[in-house]
Amino acid sequence: MATLTELIFSAKLKRKVKAGEIVKMKADRIMSHDTTTPLAIQAMRKITKKVFNPEKIVVVLDHIYPPSTIDAANLQGFIRGFVKEQKIKHFYREGVCHQIMVEKGLVKPGEVIIGGDSHTCTYGALSAFATGMGSTDIGVAYATGVTWFRIPQSLLFVLKGKLKKGVFAKDIILYIISKVGADGANYKTCEFVGPGASSLSIEGRLTITNMVIEMGGKAGLFRHDEKLKNYLEKLGIKKYPTFKPKDGYEQEMEIDLSKIPPQVALSPRVDNGVNIKKVQGIKIDEVFIGTCTNGRVSDLKIAAKILRNRKVNQETRLIIIPASLAIYKEAQKKGYLDIFHQAGAVIGNPGCGPCIGRHQGTLGDGERALTTMNRNFVGRMGSAKAKIYLASPATAAATAIYGQITDPRKLI
Amino acid sequence: MGKAFKLGNDVNTDEIIPGRYNVTLDIKQLARHCFYEAKPDFVKKVKKGDYLVGGENFGCGSSREHAPLAILGTGIKAVIAKSFARIFFRNAINIGLPILISKKAAQEIKEGNEIGVDLKKGLIFNLTTKKEYQAEKLTGFVLEIIKKGGLVNYAKK
Repeated sequence: MATLTELIFSAKLKRKVKAGEIVKMKADRIMSHDTTTPLAIQAMRKITKKVFNPEKIVVVLDHIYPPSTIDAANLQGFIRGFVKEQKIKHFYREGVCHQIMVEKGLVKPGEVIIGGDSHTCTYGALSAFATGMGSTDIGVAYATGVTWFRIPQSLLFVLKGKLKKGVFAKDIILYIISKVGADGANYKTCEFVGPGASSLSIEGRLTITNMVIEMGGKAGLFRHDEKLKNYLEKLGIKKYPTFKPKDGYEQEMEIDLSKIPPQVALSPRVDNGVNIKKVQGIKIDEVFIGTCTNGRVSDLKIAAKILRNRKVNQETRLIIIPASLAIYKEAQKKGYLDIFHQAGAVIGNPGCGPCIGRHQGTLGDGERALTTMNRNFVGRMGSAKAKIYLASPATAAATAIYGQITDPRKLI
Repeated sequence: MGKAFKLGNDVNTDEIIPGRYNVTLDIKQLARHCFYEAKPDFVKKVKKGDYLVGGENFGCGSSREHAPLAILGTGIKAVIAKSFARIFFRNAINIGLPILISKKAAQEIKEGNEIGVDLKKGLIFNLTTKKEYQAEKLTGFVLEIIKKGGLVNYAKK
């Protein structure tokens, strides 16, 4: 009787463990970015001078890159000094941390990964147990290599049926969060199974696990299958453990994918997802396509399909930011960037962009943005008097053309 | 003893400290922007030894420690809530910001009430209404970290 989470931990600890147990163990990878690394460095230096193992550490500059203020530049200088001093090889400035971790082959199935970012749960799509922590936890892990867990209970989401046209992975997770609630999965692993889950591309799975934290989830998980095997092989990853979880799930929820319409999560809560038809026509000042949630090739592909030979509405600004340099290059090769330019979009350098309100698309008083990100809290992208709506890249592209919330099925 | 500042459910990290102010490690600077957009008069009114009282899922959102640090920096003695979001709960303990879980206390305490706590016993006293509450006891590993005054101190041993 064991869930995938219990099997992963048991294999790592070389003994049978169950949900609820408190365990100490070495993390396979410790990730942090430009916001969370400085505090982690401070915490580490209170304990030791040298990191436990530089090979296990990944540092990414993405939240404000290139730095847009003097303070940000100074903090990044502080980080660079640390990276050099500790001889950390995995140091990147070419995209959002969670995308970099995946595409650089730094995540393997069965691993236990911690990151100084709440969306570290993203890597669960690759069947790794990954969870976000604060800088002190990360700093202690830099120093000792060790972290502690209370092994979480698991919720099983059985995905059945097929997505209808114009509906995507982002709509699935917004729909699920609207049903479960902002803390409905608190402290739990959200495991996604069923024929609907297997039908999703790896990029679709990444979008889903990226957002489990928005329902309080500790981690998200998809099981290993042929699709994941092929995806990993392309990254040169062939050796890793696989498991056969059986049972022990606290609760099961069945989702019929064919019943999900395009979703929009209304400001100011992520669990405010509604059927798009309820909010069509709301005027939008800024559309942003990108982030660790939806900044991948398949996201840009559908956006390009909709934007081809069309123009962004005169009163709306469209910002598109590929989640990594590799994705940027691929989008360029495939002609997507040309389509975006023709349409009148602004294309940003790979990184978090306007997601956390620091640069590349800040919102003013009374403005409304529709984005492909994972959070729409008050003041997140700038003014506290602005509103953020969350949706899929297809919905975002359609919205940019009409300047108001638009059902993508009109244009697909 | 201090005054209670009452908040609702799902108080999130963007409200506690907007992202753009996370470019400092200085706890006093962070404190200056605590609840900057959500409760603009908070930093002016809060005094050392005061309390935050929240609803369900307090501290939801980001893993950034700047959120509990900003609160700690304002002089808040402890955060009382019906429940805490997972990462915030862990971070608060790690940096030594006392947190107390009590559905009843969080429900009944009103804005401005005089509050006192006994952290070791997990007791909350509402000196205005003369009511006493038992918060959830923190045990095992978590208790060890608190006893040592935070994760860094615990890890030093």
